[in-house]
Amino acid sequence: MSDRVPFRGGGFAPMQVRGLGLAVFVVLIAFVEWGTRSGFISALTLPRPSDVLGTFVELWESGLLFKHLVPSLSRLFIGASMGAIVGISVGVIIGLFAYARAGLVPLVAAIFPIPKIALLPLFVIWFGIDEGSKYALIAFGTFTPTVVATYAAVDNVDRTLIRMGQSFGLTWWSIVRKIVLPGAMPGILSGLRISLTIGIILLVAAEMLGAEYGVGAYILEAGSLYDLERLFAGVVILSVLGVVLSWVIGLLERRVLRWRV
Amino acid sequence: MDLKLDAVTHRYGETEVLRDISLEVPSGQITCIVGPSGCGKSTLLRLLGGLEQPSAGVVRQLGAPPAGCLNALTYVFQDFALLPWRTVAGNVALVLEDHGLSDQDAIITDVLARTRLTDFADALPKQLSGGMKQRVAIARALAVKPAVMLMDEPLSALDSQTRELLMDDLVGLWTKEPFTAVYVTHNLAEAVRLGHRIVVLSRRPGEVREIVQINTPLEDRAHGDAALEAQQKYLWGLMRDEAAAADAELGHV
Repeated sequence: MSDRVPFRGGGFAPMQVRGLGLAVFVVLIAFVEWGTRSGFISALTLPRPSDVLGTFVELWESGLLFKHLVPSLSRLFIGASMGAIVGISVGVIIGLFAYARAGLVPLVAAIFPIPKIALLPLFVIWFGIDEGSKYALIAFGTFTPTVVATYAAVDNVDRTLIRMGQSFGLTWWSIVRKIVLPGAMPGILSGLRISLTIGIILLVAAEMLGAEYGVGAYILEAGSLYDLERLFAGVVILSVLGVVLSWVIGLLERRVLRWRV
Repeated sequence: MDLKLDAVTHRYGETEVLRDISLEVPSGQITCIVGPSGCGKSTLLRLLGGLEQPSAGVVRQLGAPPAGCLNALTYVFQDFALLPWRTVAGNVALVLEDHGLSDQDAIITDVLARTRLTDFADALPKQLSGGMKQRVAIARALAVKPAVMLMDEPLSALDSQTRELLMDDLVGLWTKEPFTAVYVTHNLAEAVRLGHRIVVLSRRPGEVREIVQINTPLEDRAHGDAALEAQQKYLWGLMRDEAAAADAELGHV
Protein backbone atom coordinates (compact mmCIF):
# COMPACT_ATOMS: atom_id res chain seq x y z
CA MET A 1 0.00 0.00 0.00
CA SER A 2 1.34 3.42 -0.81
CA ASP A 3 -1.47 5.84 -0.02
CA ARG A 4 -0.41 9.33 0.73
CA VAL A 5 -0.87 10.26 4.43
CA PRO A 6 -3.85 12.63 4.52
CA PHE A 7 -3.25 16.11 5.94
CA ARG A 8 -5.33 16.56 9.08
CA GLY A 9 -3.74 19.60 10.68
CA GLY A 10 -5.69 22.37 8.93
CA GLY A 11 -7.92 25.01 10.48
CA PHE A 12 -8.14 26.36 14.04
CA ALA A 13 -5.06 28.53 13.55
CA PRO A 14 -5.69 32.27 13.65
CA MET A 15 -5.04 33.82 10.27
CA GLN A 16 -4.95 37.44 9.17
CA VAL A 17 -7.43 38.14 6.38
CA ARG A 18 -7.08 41.66 5.08
CA GLY A 19 -9.92 43.58 3.51
CA LEU A 20 -12.64 40.98 4.00
CA GLY A 21 -14.41 43.10 6.63
CA LEU A 22 -14.49 46.01 4.20
CA ALA A 23 -15.76 43.75 1.41
CA VAL A 24 -18.72 42.65 3.55
CA PHE A 25 -19.70 46.31 4.03
CA VAL A 26 -19.34 47.08 0.34
CA VAL A 27 -21.40 44.08 -0.77
CA LEU A 28 -24.16 44.80 1.75
CA ILE A 29 -24.41 48.49 0.81
CA ALA A 30 -24.28 47.70 -2.91
CA PHE A 31 -27.11 45.20 -2.43
CA VAL A 32 -29.31 47.77 -0.65
CA GLU A 33 -28.52 50.37 -3.30
CA TRP A 34 -29.47 47.97 -6.05
CA GLY A 35 -32.62 46.88 -4.18
CA THR A 36 -33.90 50.40 -3.60
CA ARG A 37 -33.18 51.46 -7.17
CA SER A 38 -34.86 48.44 -8.72
CA GLY A 39 -37.88 48.74 -6.43
CA PHE A 40 -37.15 45.39 -4.82
CA ILE A 41 -36.87 47.27 -1.51
CA SER A 42 -39.51 49.96 -1.00
CA ALA A 43 -38.48 53.48 0.02
CA LEU A 44 -40.36 53.03 3.30
CA THR A 45 -38.32 49.99 4.27
CA LEU A 46 -34.82 51.34 3.82
CA PRO A 47 -33.37 54.58 2.55
CA ARG A 48 -31.17 54.54 -0.51
CA PRO A 49 -27.47 54.50 0.57
CA SER A 50 -26.59 57.20 -1.96
CA ASP A 51 -29.29 59.45 -0.46
CA VAL A 52 -27.90 58.81 3.00
CA LEU A 53 -24.50 59.80 1.69
CA GLY A 54 -26.05 62.94 0.18
CA THR A 55 -27.59 63.83 3.55
CA PHE A 56 -24.26 63.26 5.16
CA VAL A 57 -22.49 65.58 2.72
CA GLU A 58 -25.17 68.20 3.37
CA LEU A 59 -24.64 67.77 7.09
CA TRP A 60 -20.93 68.30 6.61
CA GLU A 61 -21.28 71.32 4.35
CA SER A 62 -23.78 73.09 6.57
CA GLY A 63 -21.45 72.66 9.54
CA LEU A 64 -24.23 70.92 11.44
CA LEU A 65 -22.18 67.72 11.62
CA PHE A 66 -19.69 69.23 14.02
CA LYS A 67 -22.40 71.07 15.90
CA HIS A 68 -23.82 67.65 16.75
CA LEU A 69 -20.60 65.66 16.90
CA VAL A 70 -18.50 67.90 19.14
CA PRO A 71 -20.86 67.89 22.14
CA SER A 72 -21.42 64.15 21.70
CA LEU A 73 -17.71 63.43 21.63
CA SER A 74 -16.97 65.60 24.64
CA ARG A 75 -19.78 63.92 26.61
CA LEU A 76 -18.48 60.50 25.65
CA PHE A 77 -14.91 61.45 26.46
CA ILE A 78 -15.62 62.98 29.86
CA GLY A 79 -18.21 60.41 30.92
CA ALA A 80 -16.30 57.36 29.73
CA SER A 81 -13.00 58.61 31.19
CA MET A 82 -14.60 59.10 34.58
CA GLY A 83 -16.23 55.68 34.44
CA ALA A 84 -13.09 53.94 33.23
CA ILE A 85 -10.72 55.60 35.72
CA VAL A 86 -12.97 54.96 38.72
CA GLY A 87 -13.78 51.49 37.40
CA ILE A 88 -10.14 50.48 36.98
CA SER A 89 -9.26 51.85 40.43
CA VAL A 90 -12.13 50.03 42.14
CA GLY A 91 -11.40 46.87 40.15
CA VAL A 92 -7.75 46.88 41.23
CA ILE A 93 -8.77 47.46 44.85
CA ILE A 94 -11.22 44.54 44.67
CA GLY A 95 -8.52 42.39 43.11
CA LEU A 96 -5.99 43.23 45.82
CA PHE A 97 -7.97 43.33 49.06
CA ALA A 98 -10.09 40.48 50.35
CA TYR A 99 -12.32 42.86 52.34
CA ALA A 100 -12.99 45.07 49.35
CA ARG A 101 -13.81 41.98 47.33
CA ALA A 102 -16.18 40.57 49.92
CA GLY A 103 -17.88 43.93 50.36
CA LEU A 104 -18.03 45.27 46.82
CA VAL A 105 -18.46 42.31 44.47
CA PRO A 106 -22.12 41.73 45.48
CA LEU A 107 -22.76 45.46 45.12
CA VAL A 108 -21.27 45.53 41.63
CA ALA A 109 -23.28 42.43 40.72
CA ALA A 110 -26.40 44.21 41.93
CA ILE A 111 -25.68 47.37 39.94
CA PHE A 112 -24.57 45.64 36.74
CA PRO A 113 -27.98 44.45 35.44
CA ILE A 114 -29.78 47.75 36.11
CA PRO A 115 -30.47 49.44 32.77
CA LYS A 116 -28.70 52.70 33.52
CA ILE A 117 -31.11 54.60 31.26
CA ALA A 118 -33.84 53.82 33.75
CA LEU A 119 -31.94 55.88 36.28
CA LEU A 120 -31.70 58.97 34.07
CA PRO A 121 -34.55 60.84 35.84
CA LEU A 122 -32.71 60.26 39.10
CA PHE A 123 -29.46 61.55 37.61
CA VAL A 124 -31.29 64.62 36.32
CA ILE A 125 -32.34 65.42 39.88
CA TRP A 126 -28.89 64.66 41.30
CA PHE A 127 -26.69 66.26 38.68
CA GLY A 128 -28.92 68.73 36.84
CA ILE A 129 -30.72 68.61 33.51
CA ASP A 130 -27.73 69.63 31.40
CA GLU A 131 -24.31 68.01 30.98
CA GLY A 132 -23.92 66.66 34.52
CA SER A 133 -26.60 64.00 34.24
CA LYS A 134 -25.28 62.86 30.86
CA TYR A 135 -21.74 62.50 32.18
CA ALA A 136 -23.08 60.58 35.15
CA LEU A 137 -25.11 58.20 33.00
CA ILE A 138 -22.18 57.39 30.71
CA ALA A 139 -19.75 57.15 33.62
CA PHE A 140 -22.06 54.85 35.53
CA GLY A 141 -22.64 52.65 32.50
CA THR A 142 -18.94 52.22 31.71
CA PHE A 143 -18.04 51.81 35.38
CA THR A 144 -19.57 48.38 36.05
CA PRO A 145 -18.16 46.39 33.11
CA THR A 146 -14.76 48.02 33.70
CA VAL A 147 -14.77 46.95 37.36
CA VAL A 148 -15.64 43.36 36.51
CA ALA A 149 -13.04 43.12 33.72
CA THR A 150 -10.36 44.73 35.90
CA TYR A 151 -10.70 42.55 38.97
CA ALA A 152 -10.84 39.44 36.80
CA ALA A 153 -7.65 40.65 35.09
CA VAL A 154 -5.95 41.26 38.44
CA ASP A 155 -6.96 37.74 39.56
CA ASN A 156 -5.30 36.37 36.45
CA VAL A 157 -1.92 37.97 37.08
CA ASP A 158 0.68 35.22 37.38
CA ARG A 159 1.01 34.51 41.14
CA THR A 160 4.59 33.30 40.71
CA LEU A 161 5.55 36.81 39.58
CA ILE A 162 4.00 38.34 42.68
CA ARG A 163 5.76 35.77 44.88
CA MET A 164 8.99 36.64 43.09
CA GLY A 165 8.45 40.33 43.87
CA GLN A 166 7.87 39.52 47.53
CA SER A 167 10.92 37.29 47.71
CA PHE A 168 13.09 40.14 46.46
CA GLY A 169 11.66 42.41 49.12
CA LEU A 170 9.93 44.81 46.71
CA THR A 171 7.63 47.29 48.41
CA TRP A 172 3.89 46.67 48.21
CA TRP A 173 3.47 49.68 45.97
CA SER A 174 6.23 48.49 43.63
CA ILE A 175 4.58 45.09 43.31
CA VAL A 176 1.25 46.70 42.43
CA ARG A 177 2.75 49.21 40.01
CA LYS A 178 5.37 47.06 38.30
CA ILE A 179 3.86 43.56 38.44
CA VAL A 180 0.10 43.61 39.06
CA LEU A 181 -0.91 46.52 36.83
CA PRO A 182 1.13 45.59 33.73
CA GLY A 183 0.08 41.97 34.17
CA ALA A 184 -3.58 42.95 34.31
CA MET A 185 -3.30 45.32 31.34
CA PRO A 186 -4.43 42.87 28.61
CA GLY A 187 -7.62 42.08 30.53
CA ILE A 188 -8.26 45.73 31.36
CA LEU A 189 -7.93 46.79 27.73
CA SER A 190 -10.27 44.11 26.43
CA GLY A 191 -12.73 45.16 29.15
CA LEU A 192 -12.44 48.76 27.92
CA ARG A 193 -13.46 47.65 24.45
CA ILE A 194 -16.81 46.53 25.84
CA SER A 195 -17.37 49.35 28.29
CA LEU A 196 -16.60 52.11 25.76
CA THR A 197 -19.10 50.61 23.34
CA ILE A 198 -21.68 50.61 26.12
CA GLY A 199 -20.66 54.25 26.62
CA ILE A 200 -21.70 55.08 23.05
CA ILE A 201 -25.08 53.40 23.51
CA LEU A 202 -25.71 55.36 26.70
CA LEU A 203 -24.53 58.58 25.10
CA VAL A 204 -27.26 58.30 22.48
CA ALA A 205 -29.85 57.37 25.10
CA ALA A 206 -28.94 60.39 27.21
CA GLU A 207 -29.09 62.74 24.27
CA MET A 208 -32.45 61.38 23.22
CA LEU A 209 -33.87 62.27 26.59
CA GLY A 210 -33.03 65.93 26.48
CA ALA A 211 -30.35 67.63 24.44
CA GLU A 212 -30.46 70.29 21.79
CA TYR A 213 -27.35 69.12 19.98
CA GLY A 214 -25.73 65.73 19.80
CA VAL A 215 -25.90 62.68 17.58
CA GLY A 216 -28.67 61.21 19.75
CA ALA A 217 -30.79 64.34 19.50
CA TYR A 218 -30.24 64.39 15.74
CA ILE A 219 -31.38 60.77 15.38
CA LEU A 220 -34.41 61.31 17.60
CA GLU A 221 -35.51 64.34 15.59
CA ALA A 222 -35.06 62.47 12.29
CA GLY A 223 -36.97 59.50 13.67
CA SER A 224 -39.95 61.52 14.81
CA LEU A 225 -40.18 63.08 11.34
CA TYR A 226 -39.72 59.66 9.77
CA ASP A 227 -36.78 61.06 7.84
CA LEU A 228 -34.99 57.80 7.12
CA GLU A 229 -32.04 59.38 5.28
CA ARG A 230 -31.13 61.55 8.27
CA LEU A 231 -31.83 58.73 10.69
CA PHE A 232 -29.39 56.50 8.86
CA ALA A 233 -26.84 59.27 8.52
CA GLY A 234 -26.93 59.50 12.33
CA VAL A 235 -26.66 55.75 12.73
CA VAL A 236 -23.66 55.67 10.40
CA ILE A 237 -21.93 58.29 12.55
CA LEU A 238 -22.40 56.00 15.57
CA SER A 239 -21.06 52.97 13.71
CA VAL A 240 -18.03 54.93 12.56
CA LEU A 241 -17.51 56.12 16.13
CA GLY A 242 -17.58 52.50 17.30
CA VAL A 243 -15.11 51.39 14.65
CA VAL A 244 -12.77 54.29 15.43
CA LEU A 245 -12.86 53.53 19.16
CA SER A 246 -12.11 49.87 18.56
CA TRP A 247 -9.25 50.86 16.27
CA VAL A 248 -7.82 53.24 18.87
CA ILE A 249 -7.89 50.51 21.52
CA GLY A 250 -6.30 48.09 19.07
CA LEU A 251 -3.53 50.63 18.54
CA LEU A 252 -3.13 51.06 22.29
CA GLU A 253 -2.98 47.29 22.74
CA ARG A 254 -0.28 46.95 20.16
CA ARG A 255 1.78 49.67 21.84
CA VAL A 256 1.27 48.65 25.45
CA LEU A 257 1.24 44.89 24.94
CA ARG A 258 4.19 44.61 22.60
CA TRP A 259 5.75 42.13 25.04
CA ARG A 260 3.07 39.54 24.40
CA VAL A 261 3.78 36.61 22.13
CA MET B 1 25.99 34.23 56.89
CA ASP B 2 24.82 30.72 57.74
CA LEU B 3 21.29 29.43 57.89
CA LYS B 4 20.13 27.01 60.53
CA LEU B 5 16.95 24.98 60.79
CA ASP B 6 16.05 24.03 64.35
CA ALA B 7 13.67 21.09 64.69
CA VAL B 8 11.42 22.37 61.95
CA THR B 9 8.11 20.62 61.40
CA HIS B 10 5.56 21.76 58.85
CA ARG B 11 1.98 20.74 58.18
CA TYR B 12 -0.58 21.66 55.56
CA GLY B 13 -3.80 21.11 57.47
CA GLU B 14 -3.68 17.49 58.63
CA THR B 15 -0.83 16.47 56.36
CA GLU B 16 2.62 16.59 57.86
CA VAL B 17 5.08 17.43 55.10
CA LEU B 18 8.29 17.94 57.05
CA ARG B 19 9.16 16.37 60.40
CA ASP B 20 11.78 17.52 62.85
CA ILE B 21 14.36 18.81 60.42
CA SER B 22 17.57 20.20 61.86
CA LEU B 23 20.06 21.34 59.32
CA GLU B 24 22.82 23.84 58.83
CA VAL B 25 23.61 25.69 55.64
CA PRO B 26 27.26 26.77 55.92
CA SER B 27 28.29 29.85 54.02
CA GLY B 28 30.39 29.60 50.89
CA GLN B 29 29.05 26.17 50.00
CA ILE B 30 26.30 24.74 47.88
CA THR B 31 23.98 22.52 49.86
CA CYS B 32 21.83 20.28 47.69
CA ILE B 33 18.55 18.88 48.90
CA VAL B 34 17.30 15.76 47.15
CA GLY B 35 14.40 13.47 47.84
CA PRO B 36 11.49 11.67 46.22
CA SER B 37 8.72 13.79 44.76
CA GLY B 38 6.35 15.25 47.32
CA CYS B 39 8.84 14.97 50.18
CA GLY B 40 8.64 18.67 50.95
CA LYS B 41 11.86 19.86 49.30
CA SER B 42 10.27 22.97 47.87
CA THR B 43 8.38 23.62 51.10
CA LEU B 44 11.70 23.47 52.94
CA LEU B 45 13.09 26.09 50.58
CA ARG B 46 10.07 28.36 51.09
CA LEU B 47 10.57 28.05 54.85
CA LEU B 48 14.25 28.92 54.49
CA GLY B 49 13.48 32.12 52.63
CA GLY B 50 10.58 33.20 54.82
CA LEU B 51 7.88 32.77 52.20
CA GLU B 52 6.19 30.40 54.61
CA GLN B 53 6.20 29.97 58.38
CA PRO B 54 6.99 26.56 59.91
CA SER B 55 4.30 24.95 62.07
CA ALA B 56 6.93 24.23 64.70
CA GLY B 57 10.61 24.98 65.11
CA VAL B 58 12.58 27.98 63.83
CA VAL B 59 14.71 29.01 60.92
CA ARG B 60 17.62 31.17 62.01
CA GLN B 61 20.17 33.37 60.29
CA LEU B 62 23.58 33.13 61.92
CA GLY B 63 25.82 36.12 61.50
CA ALA B 64 25.31 39.25 59.44
CA PRO B 65 24.82 39.25 55.67
CA PRO B 66 27.83 40.49 53.68
CA ALA B 67 28.31 44.20 53.07
CA GLY B 68 26.26 45.64 50.22
CA CYS B 69 23.72 42.83 50.40
CA LEU B 70 20.29 44.09 49.33
CA ASN B 71 18.25 40.92 49.80
CA ALA B 72 19.85 38.32 52.05
CA LEU B 73 17.70 35.35 51.02
CA THR B 74 17.20 35.36 47.27
CA TYR B 75 15.34 32.82 45.19
CA VAL B 76 15.94 31.41 41.74
CA PHE B 77 12.69 29.85 40.57
CA GLN B 78 12.10 26.83 38.39
CA ASP B 79 9.82 28.79 36.06
CA PHE B 80 12.24 31.77 35.92
CA ALA B 81 9.56 34.28 37.06
CA LEU B 82 10.69 37.01 34.66
CA LEU B 83 8.39 39.90 33.88
CA PRO B 84 7.51 39.40 30.21
CA TRP B 85 6.98 43.14 29.67
CA ARG B 86 10.48 44.07 30.79
CA THR B 87 13.73 43.63 28.92
CA VAL B 88 16.59 41.57 30.33
CA ALA B 89 18.16 44.70 31.84
CA GLY B 90 14.73 45.85 33.02
CA ASN B 91 14.14 42.58 34.82
CA VAL B 92 17.41 42.98 36.69
CA ALA B 93 16.62 46.64 37.37
CA LEU B 94 13.27 45.66 38.92
CA VAL B 95 14.91 44.29 42.06
CA LEU B 96 17.27 47.27 42.42
CA GLU B 97 14.88 50.16 41.81
CA ASP B 98 13.39 50.19 45.30
CA HIS B 99 16.82 50.77 46.84
CA GLY B 100 17.53 54.06 45.04
CA LEU B 101 21.14 53.15 44.25
CA SER B 102 23.37 55.55 42.38
CA ASP B 103 25.36 52.70 40.78
CA GLN B 104 22.32 50.72 39.59
CA ASP B 105 23.46 50.74 35.95
CA ALA B 106 26.95 49.59 36.93
CA ILE B 107 25.51 46.66 38.89
CA ILE B 108 23.31 45.65 35.96
CA THR B 109 26.24 45.83 33.54
CA ASP B 110 28.37 43.76 35.91
CA VAL B 111 25.87 40.92 36.50
CA LEU B 112 24.94 40.74 32.82
CA ALA B 113 28.63 40.44 31.98
CA ARG B 114 29.10 37.70 34.59
CA THR B 115 26.23 35.70 33.12
CA ARG B 116 27.35 36.50 29.54
CA LEU B 117 24.11 38.34 28.71
CA THR B 118 25.59 41.72 27.84
CA ASP B 119 24.51 41.47 24.20
CA PHE B 120 20.94 40.63 25.18
CA ALA B 121 20.33 43.49 27.61
CA ASP B 122 17.51 44.91 25.48
CA ALA B 123 15.84 41.62 24.52
CA LEU B 124 12.42 40.66 25.85
CA PRO B 125 12.03 37.33 27.69
CA LYS B 126 9.86 35.90 24.90
CA GLN B 127 12.82 36.22 22.55
CA LEU B 128 15.09 34.13 24.78
CA SER B 129 15.56 30.37 25.07
CA GLY B 130 14.85 28.63 28.37
CA GLY B 131 18.51 28.49 29.30
CA MET B 132 18.97 32.20 28.65
CA LYS B 133 15.86 33.01 30.69
CA GLN B 134 17.30 31.14 33.64
CA ARG B 135 20.59 32.99 33.22
CA VAL B 136 18.65 36.25 33.41
CA ALA B 137 17.04 35.01 36.62
CA ILE B 138 20.48 34.11 38.00
CA ALA B 139 21.80 37.55 36.99
CA ARG B 140 18.85 39.11 38.79
CA ALA B 141 19.62 37.08 41.91
CA LEU B 142 23.32 38.03 41.79
CA ALA B 143 22.42 41.71 41.41
CA VAL B 144 21.10 41.94 44.98
CA LYS B 145 24.31 40.35 46.37
CA PRO B 146 22.46 37.65 48.29
CA ALA B 147 23.82 36.04 51.43
CA VAL B 148 22.16 32.77 50.46
CA MET B 149 20.74 31.81 47.08
CA LEU B 150 17.71 29.58 47.34
CA MET B 151 17.42 27.64 44.11
CA ASP B 152 14.20 25.72 43.51
CA GLU B 153 14.88 23.14 40.80
CA PRO B 154 16.40 25.88 38.64
CA LEU B 155 17.29 23.57 35.77
CA SER B 156 14.25 21.30 35.77
CA ALA B 157 12.39 23.22 33.08
CA LEU B 158 15.33 22.95 30.68
CA ASP B 159 16.39 20.25 28.25
CA SER B 160 19.36 18.10 29.23
CA GLN B 161 21.88 19.82 26.95
CA THR B 162 21.02 23.28 28.21
CA ARG B 163 21.16 21.86 31.72
CA GLU B 164 24.76 20.74 31.19
CA LEU B 165 25.72 24.17 29.90
CA LEU B 166 24.05 25.94 32.79
CA MET B 167 25.71 23.64 35.32
CA ASP B 168 29.06 24.66 33.83
CA ASP B 169 27.97 28.28 34.16
CA LEU B 170 27.06 27.82 37.82
CA VAL B 171 30.35 26.08 38.54
CA GLY B 172 32.16 28.92 36.76
CA LEU B 173 30.30 31.55 38.78
CA TRP B 174 31.00 29.74 42.03
CA THR B 175 34.72 29.21 41.40
CA LYS B 176 35.18 32.87 40.47
CA GLU B 177 33.30 34.09 43.51
CA PRO B 178 32.03 31.43 45.95
CA PHE B 179 28.41 31.97 46.96
CA THR B 180 26.19 30.22 49.46
CA ALA B 181 23.29 28.31 48.00
CA VAL B 182 20.60 25.83 48.86
CA TYR B 183 19.89 23.90 45.73
CA VAL B 184 16.74 21.79 45.63
CA THR B 185 16.57 19.21 42.87
CA HIS B 186 15.20 15.79 42.07
CA ASN B 187 18.04 15.27 39.62
CA LEU B 188 20.88 13.35 41.30
CA ALA B 189 23.35 14.18 38.52
CA GLU B 190 22.89 17.88 39.30
CA ALA B 191 23.28 17.20 43.01
CA VAL B 192 26.62 15.37 42.70
CA ARG B 193 27.89 17.93 40.22
CA LEU B 194 27.06 21.08 42.18
CA GLY B 195 26.68 20.04 45.82
CA HIS B 196 29.37 20.30 48.46
CA ARG B 197 26.88 18.63 50.75
CA ILE B 198 23.88 16.62 49.70
CA VAL B 199 20.99 16.28 52.09
CA VAL B 200 18.78 13.28 51.34
CA LEU B 201 15.21 13.58 52.54
CA SER B 202 12.88 10.65 53.09
CA ARG B 203 9.44 10.56 51.58
CA ARG B 204 6.59 12.41 53.23
CA PRO B 205 6.77 13.43 55.98
CA GLY B 206 10.24 14.51 54.95
CA GLU B 207 13.00 13.77 57.42
CA VAL B 208 16.76 14.04 56.96
CA ARG B 209 17.86 10.57 55.99
CA GLU B 210 21.49 11.15 55.37
CA ILE B 211 23.92 13.93 54.60
CA VAL B 212 26.56 13.08 52.02
CA GLN B 213 29.69 15.16 51.77
CA ILE B 214 31.49 15.37 48.44
CA ASN B 215 35.04 16.62 48.75
CA THR B 216 36.08 16.83 45.09
CA PRO B 217 36.36 20.55 44.22
CA LEU B 218 33.51 21.73 41.96
CA GLU B 219 35.79 22.63 39.06
CA ASP B 220 37.27 19.11 38.97
CA ARG B 221 33.94 17.37 38.63
CA ALA B 222 33.50 16.53 34.99
CA HIS B 223 30.52 15.10 33.20
CA GLY B 224 30.71 11.29 33.42
CA ASP B 225 33.32 11.23 36.21
CA ALA B 226 33.52 7.68 37.65
CA ALA B 227 33.71 8.77 41.29
CA LEU B 228 30.67 10.99 40.83
CA GLU B 229 28.79 8.20 39.12
CA ALA B 230 29.49 6.05 42.16
CA GLN B 231 28.17 8.78 44.48
CA GLN B 232 25.11 9.14 42.33
CA LYS B 233 24.53 5.40 42.45
CA TYR B 234 24.86 5.45 46.19
CA LEU B 235 22.31 8.26 46.49
CA TRP B 236 19.92 6.46 44.19
CA GLY B 237 20.29 3.36 46.36
CA LEU B 238 19.20 5.45 49.34
CA MET B 239 16.22 6.88 47.53
CA ARG B 240 15.04 4.13 45.22
CA ASP B 241 12.58 2.34 47.47
CA GLU B 242 11.23 5.56 48.91
CA ALA B 243 10.75 7.04 45.47
CA ALA B 244 8.84 3.95 44.36
CA ALA B 245 6.66 4.11 47.47
CA ALA B 246 6.06 7.84 47.02
CA ASP B 247 5.10 7.27 43.43
CA ALA B 248 2.48 4.69 44.41
CA GLU B 249 0.93 6.96 47.02
CA LEU B 250 -2.53 8.40 46.43
CA GLY B 251 -2.74 12.14 46.37
CA HIS B 252 -4.50 13.92 49.21
CA VAL B 253 -7.57 15.76 48.08
